[in-house]
Amino acid sequence: MIEKVIERVKELLEGGEIKGFVGLCNKNGHTAPYLFTEVAELDHLVVGDFQNPGDARYPLNKLLIDLYRAYPEEKFGVLVRGCDERGLNDLYVWNQLTPKNVVAVGIPCPQELADACGCPKPYPDNSVAEPIAEGAEAQDLIRMEALGVKERFTQWMEVFSKCIKCYGCRDICPMCFCKECSLELDELIPRGEMPPEIPIFHLVRAVHMAGRCIDCGLCNEACPVDIPLRTLYKKVGDIVYRKFNYRPGFDKGKSPLNVLENK
Amino acid sequence: MEFKTVLTVCPYCGCGCNFYLEVLDGKVIGTIPCKTSPVNEGKLCIKGWNVHEFIQDPDRLTMPLIRENGSFREAGWDEALDLVASKLKKIKEQHGPDSIGLFASAKITNEENYVIQKFARAVIGTNNVDHCARL
Repeated sequence: MIEKVIERVKELLEGGEIKGFVGLCNKNGHTAPYLFTEVAELDHLVVGDFQNPGDARYPLNKLLIDLYRAYPEEKFGVLVRGCDERGLNDLYVWNQLTPKNVVAVGIPCPQELADACGCPKPYPDNSVAEPIAEGAEAQDLIRMEALGVKERFTQWMEVFSKCIKCYGCRDICPMCFCKECSLELDELIPRGEMPPEIPIFHLVRAVHMAGRCIDCGLCNEACPVDIPLRTLYKKVGDIVYRKFNYRPGFDKGKSPLNVLENK
Repeated sequence: MEFKTVLTVCPYCGCGCNFYLEVLDGKVIGTIPCKTSPVNEGKLCIKGWNVHEFIQDPDRLTMPLIRENGSFREAGWDEALDLVASKLKKIKEQHGPDSIGLFASAKITNEENYVIQKFARAVIGTNNVDHCARL
């Protein structure tokens, strides 16, 4: 698979189609997010399978947004899995990236990873290889929903109470692109005072993720106390799908939650 | 255009979490925890997550400041260290060595911490040595 990715990126770089490729690189024995601009560097390209499939994934779309904001005229390639491609689609919907500036180079995820993620579509449309896994059901959500309301509330409050307020879930999220975050507004959260009580932050963020979360699971992986945020956002996504028939990353056009007119 | 991710160790506590600093055209624009680091496994605390904000902040102190008549003036290291040394000496003479205490750091080497306690005990003459977390 890596060979096919390298081959495709080489083609794009040599042909001058892209300025650089946002991917992952084996550096100092670690997997690092990296901008490839020379073909010679591609020997070090990896796809984020360090010890297990997909255990070294990074929010590459977030880096892509940074590059796009600095160089809006340039075109970049980006390494995507199924979830990342959903992210790109939704970032196009929210006008944070434009398709003409992005070339997605996709890889399919193995069944093991798809099952662990409960991923509905573990393969991108723009892929260097055929799908190798089928969509999986979100077992975590099914388990949680089988509980009674009281039990569910107790369980959520218990996990929220472990929060150390690192806000890493927000920082790593490739869909958190707002230039002004309500967490940093002095009017809402005065500087120097205690951060919001549990579970206010978690629930406000869950609402902000409605119609936005593309279910990549990076928040889950970044949480130092293992709060199952992904399960929460899957539920929020489910509600939006039922009410508005809109799934971020699957449906193109305009988000039903966007009240602004397109330019 | 130059975009780099630089693997480094968090400058705050002694845990030694690894992260990448994202550097675009010489400006540090972001922090991202290293997933393959066995220390922090892709996680950080709120301080680590925001390291990129202070590195090139215009308010960051880049040289010693000496307070004179209620305001600060920039000074060289030699002048600043001479002042600290003379004041410490004066305090020791006037109030005794136990009027001085030293805080060591979680972020320096064992050897540097050794030197701090040696300085406290052998040079100043006090056992008032503690670690930075007591601050």
